[in-house]
Amino acid sequence: MSATPFIVLSAILFTIGAIGVLTRRNAIVVFMCVELMLNASNLALITFARVNGNLDGQIAAFFVMVVAAAEVVVGLAIIMTIFRTRRSASVDDASLLKY
Amino acid sequence: MIAFWILAPVMVVCALGLLFARKAVHCALLLAVVMISLAVLYAVQGAPFLFAVQIIVYTGAILMLFLFVLMLVGVDASDSVVETIRGQRLFAVLVGLAFGLTLVLGVAQVSIGTITGLTTANEAGNVPAIAQLLFTKYVFAFEVTSALLITAALGAMVLAHRERLVPKLGQADLAAQRMRDYAEFGKHLGPLPPPGVFARHNAVDTPALLPDGSVAETSISRVLLARGSVNQAPGSAAQVERVGGDDQSVPPRDDSGKAGR
Repeated sequence: MSATPFIVLSAILFTIGAIGVLTRRNAIVVFMCVELMLNASNLALITFARVNGNLDGQIAAFFVMVVAAAEVVVGLAIIMTIFRTRRSASVDDASLLKY
Repeated sequence: MIAFWILAPVMVVCALGLLFARKAVHCALLLAVVMISLAVLYAVQGAPFLFAVQIIVYTGAILMLFLFVLMLVGVDASDSVVETIRGQRLFAVLVGLAFGLTLVLGVAQVSIGTITGLTTANEAGNVPAIAQLLFTKYVFAFEVTSALLITAALGAMVLAHRERLVPKLGQADLAAQRMRDYAEFGKHLGPLPPPGVFARHNAVDTPALLPDGSVAETSISRVLLARGSVNQAPGSAAQVERVGGDDQSVPPRDDSGKAGR
Protein backbone atom coordinates (compact mmCIF):
# COMPACT_ATOMS: atom_id res chain seq x y z
CA MET A 1 0.00 0.00 0.00
CA SER A 2 1.85 3.02 -1.28
CA ALA A 3 1.67 6.26 0.70
CA THR A 4 1.83 8.80 -2.13
CA PRO A 5 -1.87 8.58 -3.16
CA PHE A 6 -2.92 9.31 0.41
CA ILE A 7 -0.65 12.37 0.59
CA VAL A 8 -1.88 13.58 -2.81
CA LEU A 9 -5.51 13.18 -1.68
CA SER A 10 -4.68 15.10 1.48
CA ALA A 11 -3.12 17.89 -0.61
CA ILE A 12 -6.18 18.02 -2.89
CA LEU A 13 -8.59 18.22 0.05
CA PHE A 14 -6.46 20.91 1.69
CA THR A 15 -6.46 22.94 -1.54
CA ILE A 16 -10.24 22.65 -1.89
CA GLY A 17 -10.64 23.81 1.70
CA ALA A 18 -8.33 26.77 1.12
CA ILE A 19 -10.22 27.81 -2.01
CA GLY A 20 -13.46 27.51 -0.07
CA VAL A 21 -12.16 29.77 2.71
CA LEU A 22 -11.14 32.36 0.12
CA THR A 23 -14.31 32.30 -1.99
CA ARG A 24 -17.28 31.49 0.20
CA ARG A 25 -19.16 34.33 1.92
CA ASN A 26 -21.20 32.51 4.56
CA ALA A 27 -19.20 32.46 7.79
CA ILE A 28 -20.42 28.97 8.71
CA VAL A 29 -19.40 27.53 5.34
CA VAL A 30 -15.99 29.23 5.67
CA PHE A 31 -15.69 27.49 9.03
CA MET A 32 -16.57 24.14 7.46
CA CYS A 33 -13.82 24.66 4.89
CA VAL A 34 -11.34 25.28 7.74
CA GLU A 35 -12.46 21.96 9.22
CA LEU A 36 -11.86 20.30 5.85
CA MET A 37 -8.29 21.65 5.84
CA LEU A 38 -7.67 20.34 9.37
CA ASN A 39 -9.01 16.93 8.35
CA ALA A 40 -6.78 16.85 5.27
CA SER A 41 -3.72 17.54 7.42
CA ASN A 42 -4.84 14.74 9.76
CA LEU A 43 -4.89 12.33 6.84
CA ALA A 44 -1.31 13.29 5.99
CA LEU A 45 -0.24 12.86 9.64
CA ILE A 46 -1.75 9.39 9.87
CA THR A 47 -0.24 8.36 6.55
CA PHE A 48 3.22 9.46 7.68
CA ALA A 49 2.71 7.62 10.96
CA ARG A 50 2.26 4.45 8.90
CA VAL A 51 5.28 5.28 6.74
CA ASN A 52 7.54 5.82 9.74
CA GLY A 53 6.16 2.92 11.72
CA ASN A 54 5.55 4.81 14.95
CA LEU A 55 2.44 6.28 16.52
CA ASP A 56 3.67 9.87 16.99
CA GLY A 57 1.77 10.97 13.90
CA GLN A 58 -1.42 9.50 15.23
CA ILE A 59 -0.92 11.35 18.52
CA ALA A 60 -0.44 14.58 16.56
CA ALA A 61 -3.67 13.91 14.63
CA PHE A 62 -5.41 13.30 17.94
CA PHE A 63 -4.24 16.66 19.29
CA VAL A 64 -5.34 18.35 16.06
CA MET A 65 -8.81 16.91 16.61
CA VAL A 66 -8.92 18.21 20.20
CA VAL A 67 -7.82 21.68 19.12
CA ALA A 68 -10.35 21.61 16.26
CA ALA A 69 -13.13 20.78 18.70
CA ALA A 70 -12.19 23.69 20.96
CA GLU A 71 -11.85 25.98 17.95
CA VAL A 72 -15.27 25.03 16.60
CA VAL A 73 -16.92 25.76 19.94
CA VAL A 74 -15.44 29.24 20.21
CA GLY A 75 -15.81 30.01 16.50
CA LEU A 76 -19.45 29.07 16.34
CA ALA A 77 -20.12 31.10 19.49
CA ILE A 78 -18.50 34.12 17.79
CA ILE A 79 -20.61 33.56 14.66
CA MET A 80 -23.72 33.34 16.84
CA THR A 81 -22.85 36.59 18.62
CA ILE A 82 -22.21 38.39 15.33
CA PHE A 83 -25.48 37.03 13.94
CA ARG A 84 -27.35 38.19 17.02
CA THR A 85 -26.12 41.77 16.72
CA ARG A 86 -26.06 42.16 12.91
CA ARG A 87 -28.70 39.66 11.74
CA SER A 88 -26.28 38.27 9.17
CA ALA A 89 -23.89 35.35 8.90
CA SER A 90 -22.04 36.80 5.92
CA VAL A 91 -18.36 37.61 6.36
CA ASP A 92 -18.80 40.76 4.23
CA ASP A 93 -21.19 42.35 6.71
CA ALA A 94 -18.74 42.34 9.62
CA SER A 95 -16.77 45.27 8.23
CA LEU A 96 -16.91 47.92 10.97
CA LEU A 97 -13.12 48.01 11.36
CA LYS A 98 -12.81 49.10 7.73
CA TYR A 99 -14.26 52.57 8.31
CA MET B 1 -5.97 0.14 -1.44
CA ILE B 2 -9.40 -0.72 -2.89
CA ALA B 3 -11.06 1.33 -0.13
CA PHE B 4 -8.86 4.25 -1.07
CA TRP B 5 -9.68 4.17 -4.78
CA ILE B 6 -13.40 3.91 -4.04
CA LEU B 7 -13.46 6.61 -1.37
CA ALA B 8 -11.01 9.14 -2.83
CA PRO B 9 -13.21 10.19 -5.80
CA VAL B 10 -16.25 10.37 -3.52
CA MET B 11 -14.34 12.58 -1.09
CA VAL B 12 -13.01 14.90 -3.78
CA VAL B 13 -16.47 15.26 -5.35
CA CYS B 14 -18.08 15.97 -1.97
CA ALA B 15 -15.34 18.47 -1.08
CA LEU B 16 -15.91 20.21 -4.41
CA GLY B 17 -19.61 20.25 -3.59
CA LEU B 18 -18.64 22.23 -0.49
CA LEU B 19 -17.43 24.96 -2.85
CA PHE B 20 -20.49 25.00 -5.09
CA ALA B 21 -23.46 24.17 -2.86
CA ARG B 22 -25.61 27.26 -2.32
CA LYS B 23 -27.19 26.15 0.94
CA ALA B 24 -25.14 25.78 4.10
CA VAL B 25 -27.06 22.66 5.16
CA HIS B 26 -26.01 20.86 1.98
CA CYS B 27 -22.41 21.87 2.74
CA ALA B 28 -22.69 20.34 6.21
CA LEU B 29 -24.03 17.06 4.83
CA LEU B 30 -21.32 16.89 2.15
CA LEU B 31 -18.71 17.53 4.83
CA ALA B 32 -20.18 14.65 6.84
CA VAL B 33 -19.59 12.32 3.85
CA VAL B 34 -15.98 13.52 3.58
CA MET B 35 -15.37 13.00 7.30
CA ILE B 36 -16.84 9.50 7.42
CA SER B 37 -14.77 8.52 4.36
CA LEU B 38 -11.70 9.92 6.10
CA ALA B 39 -12.51 7.78 9.14
CA VAL B 40 -12.54 4.70 6.92
CA LEU B 41 -9.17 5.72 5.49
CA TYR B 42 -7.82 6.03 9.05
CA ALA B 43 -9.03 2.51 9.81
CA VAL B 44 -7.39 1.22 6.64
CA GLN B 45 -4.09 2.78 7.71
CA GLY B 46 -3.91 1.08 11.07
CA ALA B 47 -5.51 3.76 13.24
CA PRO B 48 -8.68 2.20 14.68
CA PHE B 49 -8.66 4.57 17.67
CA LEU B 50 -8.64 7.64 15.45
CA PHE B 51 -11.31 5.99 13.28
CA ALA B 52 -13.63 5.94 16.28
CA VAL B 53 -12.60 9.42 17.44
CA GLN B 54 -13.13 10.83 13.96
CA ILE B 55 -16.66 9.50 13.80
CA ILE B 56 -17.58 10.38 17.39
CA VAL B 57 -15.94 13.80 17.63
CA TYR B 58 -16.13 15.08 14.07
CA THR B 59 -19.28 13.62 12.56
CA GLY B 60 -21.03 13.19 15.86
CA ALA B 61 -20.22 16.33 17.80
CA ILE B 62 -18.72 18.98 15.56
CA LEU B 63 -21.02 18.55 12.57
CA MET B 64 -24.07 18.36 14.80
CA LEU B 65 -22.88 21.61 16.39
CA PHE B 66 -22.67 23.09 12.90
CA LEU B 67 -26.20 21.94 12.09
CA PHE B 68 -27.43 23.28 15.43
CA VAL B 69 -25.95 26.72 14.75
CA LEU B 70 -27.36 26.62 11.21
CA MET B 71 -30.77 25.98 12.72
CA LEU B 72 -30.38 29.00 15.03
CA VAL B 73 -28.88 31.29 12.40
CA GLY B 74 -31.42 30.32 9.76
CA VAL B 75 -31.27 27.43 7.37
CA ASP B 76 -31.94 29.57 4.33
CA ALA B 77 -29.07 31.97 5.07
CA SER B 78 -27.51 31.30 1.69
CA ASP B 79 -24.43 32.96 0.23
CA SER B 80 -24.54 36.31 -1.43
CA VAL B 81 -23.11 36.12 -4.92
CA VAL B 82 -22.01 39.77 -4.95
CA GLU B 83 -18.26 40.27 -4.84
CA THR B 84 -17.14 43.03 -2.52
CA ILE B 85 -13.66 43.12 -4.06
CA ARG B 86 -13.69 42.95 -7.84
CA GLY B 87 -12.09 39.81 -9.26
CA GLN B 88 -11.47 38.43 -5.79
CA ARG B 89 -13.15 35.11 -6.53
CA LEU B 90 -11.17 34.56 -9.74
CA PHE B 91 -7.87 35.42 -8.08
CA ALA B 92 -8.68 33.24 -5.09
CA VAL B 93 -9.36 30.26 -7.34
CA LEU B 94 -6.19 30.92 -9.36
CA VAL B 95 -3.99 31.23 -6.27
CA GLY B 96 -5.62 28.17 -4.74
CA LEU B 97 -5.09 26.08 -7.87
CA ALA B 98 -1.47 27.22 -8.12
CA PHE B 99 -0.95 26.28 -4.48
CA GLY B 100 -2.59 22.88 -4.94
CA LEU B 101 -0.64 22.17 -8.12
CA THR B 102 2.65 23.01 -6.42
CA LEU B 103 1.76 20.85 -3.45
CA VAL B 104 0.66 17.85 -5.51
CA LEU B 105 3.63 18.06 -7.88
CA GLY B 106 6.04 18.40 -5.00
CA VAL B 107 4.54 15.44 -3.16
CA ALA B 108 4.48 13.33 -6.31
CA GLN B 109 8.16 13.94 -7.01
CA VAL B 110 9.38 13.08 -3.53
CA SER B 111 10.10 9.43 -2.95
CA ILE B 112 8.71 8.60 0.46
CA GLY B 113 10.96 5.60 0.92
CA THR B 114 10.19 2.23 2.36
CA ILE B 115 6.96 1.99 4.31
CA THR B 116 7.60 0.51 7.72
CA GLY B 117 3.97 -0.17 8.56
CA LEU B 118 2.42 -0.22 11.99
CA THR B 119 2.49 -3.95 12.70
CA THR B 120 5.25 -3.65 15.31
CA ALA B 121 3.95 -0.39 16.78
CA ASN B 122 0.42 -1.79 17.05
CA GLU B 123 1.56 -5.11 18.45
CA ALA B 124 -0.04 -4.63 21.87
CA GLY B 125 -3.11 -3.07 20.27
CA ASN B 126 -3.53 0.41 18.87
CA VAL B 127 -5.33 1.96 21.86
CA PRO B 128 -2.83 0.75 24.54
CA ALA B 129 0.06 1.89 22.37
CA ILE B 130 -1.46 5.36 21.92
CA ALA B 131 -2.21 5.56 25.65
CA GLN B 132 1.38 4.57 26.42
CA LEU B 133 2.68 7.45 24.29
CA LEU B 134 0.03 9.93 25.43
CA PHE B 135 0.69 9.45 29.13
CA THR B 136 4.48 9.29 28.95
CA LYS B 137 6.04 11.28 26.12
CA TYR B 138 3.15 13.65 25.47
CA VAL B 139 1.77 13.99 28.99
CA PHE B 140 2.53 17.71 29.18
CA ALA B 141 0.72 18.40 25.90
CA PHE B 142 -2.16 16.33 27.22
CA GLU B 143 -2.35 18.43 30.40
CA VAL B 144 -2.21 21.65 28.40
CA THR B 145 -5.09 20.34 26.30
CA SER B 146 -7.30 20.28 29.36
CA ALA B 147 -6.57 23.97 29.94
CA LEU B 148 -7.45 24.62 26.31
CA LEU B 149 -10.75 22.81 26.59
CA ILE B 150 -11.71 24.64 29.79
CA THR B 151 -10.83 27.96 28.16
CA ALA B 152 -12.93 27.06 25.12
CA ALA B 153 -15.92 26.13 27.25
CA LEU B 154 -15.62 29.35 29.24
CA GLY B 155 -15.22 31.37 26.06
CA ALA B 156 -18.31 29.83 24.52
CA MET B 157 -20.27 30.56 27.69
CA VAL B 158 -19.13 34.19 27.78
CA LEU B 159 -19.80 34.71 24.07
CA ALA B 160 -23.20 33.05 24.07
CA HIS B 161 -24.32 34.81 27.24
CA ARG B 162 -26.72 37.68 26.68
CA GLU B 163 -26.98 40.56 29.10
CA ARG B 164 -30.61 41.24 30.02
CA LEU B 165 -31.24 44.92 29.27
CA VAL B 166 -34.85 45.15 30.47
CA PRO B 167 -36.23 43.29 33.48
CA LYS B 168 -38.05 40.09 32.73
CA LEU B 169 -41.84 40.46 32.56
CA GLY B 170 -43.65 38.36 35.13
CA GLN B 171 -47.17 37.03 34.96
CA ALA B 172 -48.56 39.98 36.95
CA ASP B 173 -46.85 42.46 34.61
CA LEU B 174 -48.28 40.69 31.57
CA ALA B 175 -51.78 40.77 33.03
CA ALA B 176 -51.44 44.50 33.83
CA GLN B 177 -50.16 45.13 30.28
CA ARG B 178 -53.15 43.26 28.89
CA MET B 179 -55.60 45.35 30.92
CA ARG B 180 -53.81 48.56 29.85
CA ASP B 181 -54.10 47.52 26.21
CA TYR B 182 -57.81 46.90 26.70
CA ALA B 183 -58.35 50.27 28.40
CA GLU B 184 -56.37 52.27 25.87
CA PHE B 185 -56.85 50.52 22.54
CA GLY B 186 -59.83 48.30 23.17
CA LYS B 187 -57.79 45.16 22.41
CA HIS B 188 -59.67 41.95 23.11
CA LEU B 189 -58.94 40.67 26.60
CA GLY B 190 -59.48 36.95 26.09
CA PRO B 191 -57.32 34.41 24.30
CA LEU B 192 -56.87 34.41 20.54
CA PRO B 193 -59.27 32.31 18.46
CA PRO B 194 -57.97 28.80 17.76
CA PRO B 195 -57.25 27.87 14.14
CA GLY B 196 -59.38 25.73 11.87
CA VAL B 197 -62.04 24.17 14.06
CA PHE B 198 -63.85 22.40 11.26
CA ALA B 199 -65.14 18.92 10.83
CA ARG B 200 -62.51 18.14 8.22
CA HIS B 201 -59.79 20.73 8.74
CA ASN B 202 -58.50 21.09 12.25
CA ALA B 203 -54.94 21.77 11.15
CA VAL B 204 -53.09 24.79 12.52
CA ASP B 205 -52.48 26.13 9.02
CA THR B 206 -56.20 26.54 8.29
CA PRO B 207 -57.69 29.80 9.57
CA ALA B 208 -60.87 29.79 11.59
CA LEU B 209 -64.00 31.34 10.09
CA LEU B 210 -65.96 33.98 11.93
CA PRO B 211 -69.75 33.58 12.26
CA ASP B 212 -70.29 35.64 9.12
CA GLY B 213 -68.00 33.36 7.10
CA SER B 214 -64.98 35.68 6.92
CA VAL B 215 -61.48 34.57 7.89
CA ALA B 216 -60.31 35.31 11.45
CA GLU B 217 -56.82 36.69 10.82
CA THR B 218 -55.68 36.28 14.43
CA SER B 219 -56.43 32.55 14.45
CA ILE B 220 -53.27 31.62 12.52
CA SER B 221 -49.70 31.86 13.69
CA ARG B 222 -47.71 34.83 12.41
CA VAL B 223 -44.89 32.49 11.47
CA LEU B 224 -47.12 30.49 9.13
CA LEU B 225 -48.43 33.72 7.62
CA ALA B 226 -44.88 34.99 6.98
CA ARG B 227 -43.89 31.66 5.45
CA GLY B 228 -46.93 31.80 3.16
CA SER B 229 -48.01 28.27 4.04
CA VAL B 230 -51.53 29.13 5.18
CA ASN B 231 -54.27 26.89 3.82
CA GLN B 232 -57.42 28.37 2.39
CA ALA B 233 -60.35 27.82 4.68
CA PRO B 234 -62.83 25.38 3.18
CA GLY B 235 -66.06 26.79 1.80
CA SER B 236 -67.59 29.58 3.77
CA ALA B 237 -71.18 29.46 4.97
CA ALA B 238 -72.45 31.08 1.78
CA GLN B 239 -71.13 28.22 -0.35
CA VAL B 240 -72.87 25.42 1.51
CA GLU B 241 -75.84 24.52 -0.66
CA ARG B 242 -77.72 22.22 1.63
CA VAL B 243 -77.19 20.37 4.86
CA GLY B 244 -78.13 16.71 4.88
CA GLY B 245 -76.97 13.23 5.77
CA ASP B 246 -75.96 11.94 2.32
CA ASP B 247 -72.52 12.02 0.73
CA GLN B 248 -73.20 15.10 -1.35
CA SER B 249 -73.74 17.30 1.67
CA VAL B 250 -70.08 18.23 2.06
CA PRO B 251 -69.25 21.08 -0.27
CA PRO B 252 -66.13 20.69 -2.44
CA ARG B 253 -63.07 22.28 -0.96
CA ASP B 254 -62.48 25.75 -2.27
CA ASP B 255 -58.84 26.52 -2.95
CA SER B 256 -59.35 29.42 -5.32
CA GLY B 257 -59.00 32.11 -2.68
CA LYS B 258 -62.67 32.97 -2.47
CA ALA B 259 -63.00 31.56 1.02
CA GLY B 260 -62.75 34.94 2.63
CA ARG B 261 -66.06 36.25 1.25
